[in-house]
Amino acid sequence: MSKIKLTIDDKLVEAESGSMVIQAADSVGIYIPRFCYHEKLSIAANCRMCLVEVEKAVKPLPACATPVTDGMVVKTSSQIAIEAQKGTMEFLLINHPLDCPVCDQGGECPLQDQALGYGDGVSRFNEAKRVVNNPDIGALIQTEMTRCIHCTRCVRFGQEVAGLMEFGAIGRGEDMKITTFMEASIDSEVSGNVIDLCPVGALTSKPYRFSARSWEMSNQGLVSPHDCLGSNMIAQSVAGEVKRVLPGHNEEVNECWLSDRDRFSYEAVNSDDRLVQPLIRRGDRMEEATWKDALTQAAAILKETINKTGGQSIGALCTPTATLEEFYLLQKLMRGVGSSNIDHRLRQQDFRDDAVAPLFPGSQIAVSDIPRASSALLVGCNLRKELPLVAIRVRQMVQNGGSVASLNPLRYDANFAISHEYVVEPNRMASTLAGIVVRMAEIGNCDAPFEITSLVNTTSDQDAINAIAQLLLRDPNSAFVMLGQVAVNDPTASSLRAMASWLATSFGVRVITLSDANSVAGWIAGCLPHREAGGKSADILGNNALEMSTGTLSGCVLYGLEPDLDYSAPGSLAETLTKAETVVSFSVFRSAVPPQADVALPLASFTENSGSYVNFEGRVQFSNAAVLPRGEARPGWKILRVLGNLLRLDGFDYVAVEDIAREIPIDSAVMLQNSSDLSYVGRAEGCGAVGDLEDSIFLRVCDVPLYSVDPTVRRAVSLQKTKDNIPTSVGLSPNRCEQLGFKPGHVATFRSLSGSVQLPIYPDARVLDNCAYIPAGRVETVSLGASQTVWLDLNS
Amino acid sequence: MDPSDWSGEGFVANPFCISLAMILTNLKNLVRTWFLVELVRGLGVTSRYLFRRKITVQYPEEKIPKSPRFRGLHALRRYPNGEERCIACKLCEAVCPALAITIESEVRDDDTRRTTRYDIDLFKCVYCGFCEEACPVDSIVLTDIHEFHFEQREGHIITKNDLLDIGDRYEAKIAADRQADAAYR
Repeated sequence: MSKIKLTIDDKLVEAESGSMVIQAADSVGIYIPRFCYHEKLSIAANCRMCLVEVEKAVKPLPACATPVTDGMVVKTSSQIAIEAQKGTMEFLLINHPLDCPVCDQGGECPLQDQALGYGDGVSRFNEAKRVVNNPDIGALIQTEMTRCIHCTRCVRFGQEVAGLMEFGAIGRGEDMKITTFMEASIDSEVSGNVIDLCPVGALTSKPYRFSARSWEMSNQGLVSPHDCLGSNMIAQSVAGEVKRVLPGHNEEVNECWLSDRDRFSYEAVNSDDRLVQPLIRRGDRMEEATWKDALTQAAAILKETINKTGGQSIGALCTPTATLEEFYLLQKLMRGVGSSNIDHRLRQQDFRDDAVAPLFPGSQIAVSDIPRASSALLVGCNLRKELPLVAIRVRQMVQNGGSVASLNPLRYDANFAISHEYVVEPNRMASTLAGIVVRMAEIGNCDAPFEITSLVNTTSDQDAINAIAQLLLRDPNSAFVMLGQVAVNDPTASSLRAMASWLATSFGVRVITLSDANSVAGWIAGCLPHREAGGKSADILGNNALEMSTGTLSGCVLYGLEPDLDYSAPGSLAETLTKAETVVSFSVFRSAVPPQADVALPLASFTENSGSYVNFEGRVQFSNAAVLPRGEARPGWKILRVLGNLLRLDGFDYVAVEDIAREIPIDSAVMLQNSSDLSYVGRAEGCGAVGDLEDSIFLRVCDVPLYSVDPTVRRAVSLQKTKDNIPTSVGLSPNRCEQLGFKPGHVATFRSLSGSVQLPIYPDARVLDNCAYIPAGRVETVSLGASQTVWLDLNS
Repeated sequence: MDPSDWSGEGFVANPFCISLAMILTNLKNLVRTWFLVELVRGLGVTSRYLFRRKITVQYPEEKIPKSPRFRGLHALRRYPNGEERCIACKLCEAVCPALAITIESEVRDDDTRRTTRYDIDLFKCVYCGFCEEACPVDSIVLTDIHEFHFEQREGHIITKNDLLDIGDRYEAKIAADRQADAAYR
């Protein structure tokens, strides 16, 4: 693009041709008032607030919709411009209520600011003001539509960015209303962004409603712990309580957006369910204790167990939402006492490729480069709900002409067009991906290794496979394969990973492996049974997360997890905990402490804890505590440090959290390296053909719903009230429902090897005929465990 | 400054050079001293006030009238229908130069913005009246009550209920004062 020179307010400005005057003015710091213009949205030019004088133009022009031309002379604060802006302001204020004192936007409202600058002290409008009803659009956004000035930012956001047209304008002129269709609720997983976009108080945050004022809050930058993107956020607090969370602007990560999960999860931090005092078991009861007693007790019982049965008899399970420092200290503590049973991959079921895995499961492409990719294959990935902001990037990619194919066990909803959607039974994921890989090899004239060809199932839909292979090979260097939550937690995950990395080495296709929360930091810090910090191979191989519940542990440290809901096989873990002599639970929440715990230590929540988060690109971001911990809760690294001291371990004398990260050696040589070892691919179990299943046997399709991913999100009240938090039920294909004669809501019993559940059945068009969608991370489905098949009890 | 500089030129340059004016001044002072002129003048002032109208007020038996703008103890007002005026906009809290006001707010059942806490620390308050000026709904006011005390250590913090109570009791006076001053606002 060529550069153009123009003059704005006597300042010579260089701008790209095709850009607008307002963009040129912004680039040199000249502020032109605006309501409808937003840098991330299309240009609407409907608020007319940005009228500026342009020499040789007969009337003032809107700066947001006037392209720059060479030699243009723009005056933003001339008599004509100011008068035009004053006129616009007067019209805007005709119908805008003067309720700034009760409006949540008051104090941070562009309309309020600009009314001060351009508004008249007295209104000349004596007619009746417009009043608009407020639709109830869900638990997250409060409406006050009389305040709306029809800038349509929210409408454009839905249409262009979120990909879900939920808001719309009906009527025209004075009767124009911004509303949802049929007053439906706003269900987008990034809906909270319209709160930031709304330049007036028409759309405000419901959980934050009336609880504080913008000027009295102190700001602190945070990093989101809920997904592996590591969105930047700003926590705003008053008197030690986080009142709301706003997006932190970072073009490389989350642009200026924030997903609802990151925005509203702070509610859990303020909930009454916080563990605020250490607890010690006395008989059947957990009694409150001092830190000194609790830590001494924890150290003593751990030591006793180690002395009795040896270091390898204890194990630690860690939540993937922990910080890099916590991961590191926990593994250092465990290895210090002679145990290498430590893992944070709580939902993973396939650990065969541990030995050849790269330093961390990450991405070979930066998030900000995704919109420029040409094609993508999403494998076992419900991107919209898993990583809402990455889904927005993929949507940009599709808008830029890229194509996306998907291979999922469920017809997942996406907010971008999927050109080839291939839905297969969960146990055929690997064989189908093998089919795609082999087809790609055929097209690319190279030989697929035997391990992969042996997996191929000839009954797969060859047309679909061919189409996906063609799509990826169109421009393999700018194509990527994304392995999502369902793929990573699949029993054949290793095979999927290996095939993806074979594609990377053979064709240059980039691989993105998504993981839970801050799991990448867990890999780097060595919170793994087979690796120490920095990717160094462990001297003694420990038990991984899954083995820990099947083996016998006499001592168990649970760090920040809710054993029932955060673990793939909760039933066997509960059994292990019951058998274990010693259970030490670190927990943010009281109800997350398992009944088997001997000592419970209160952890600081993510808003109260300082530490590093590493996102799936490998971007290390430090998050500072925004407020002091609630009650007696303490940041995890401090607790681990003191526990280390009490266990008489060396190297636990940290003074500041920064000291810890400095100690972690990161060996960049193994970073995102592709493994060429395919030996474990063929050994995948259950990858073969699926015959016709019996009527009563279903393959379980299982994922963790958006608002059930970690203990914090599960306790965020407003998020739990959204439609994304569907009541736990079983989804069967409409065909099967009809066949079995089930009406929606019919309660039936499903059995697995580990237990049975009684759940209502709903027809779900996303599900294949021989599958049943049963979510994990829910109390109601705990007893099913990680079972891949479920039996429907027809007598029930 | 160097002390040696103090004796500048013209300042007792020559002790033997005494002017006529100096002699006359000294003579005048001598006469005033001997004839007690200043004492008589002082007694004159005393006796003048001795017979003037007295301005001393026998407080607390007697009280002087107060301006309607008098800034005394705080009160929170209500509307005639009994609804509290305060809408928890926190402008008074923001403007208070002494940080004497603490407000917490929430959504009341009828979906209005209301305070759950409205505390004023009377030790911190400097009675500047900015809160009253900032209030968009004439809720927080400074009454003309200036005679108050507390018997408990923590009594210096008056709560929302106390403030509303004061407002209820003195509403007639508060309203009359605002009315009297309305023309000048």
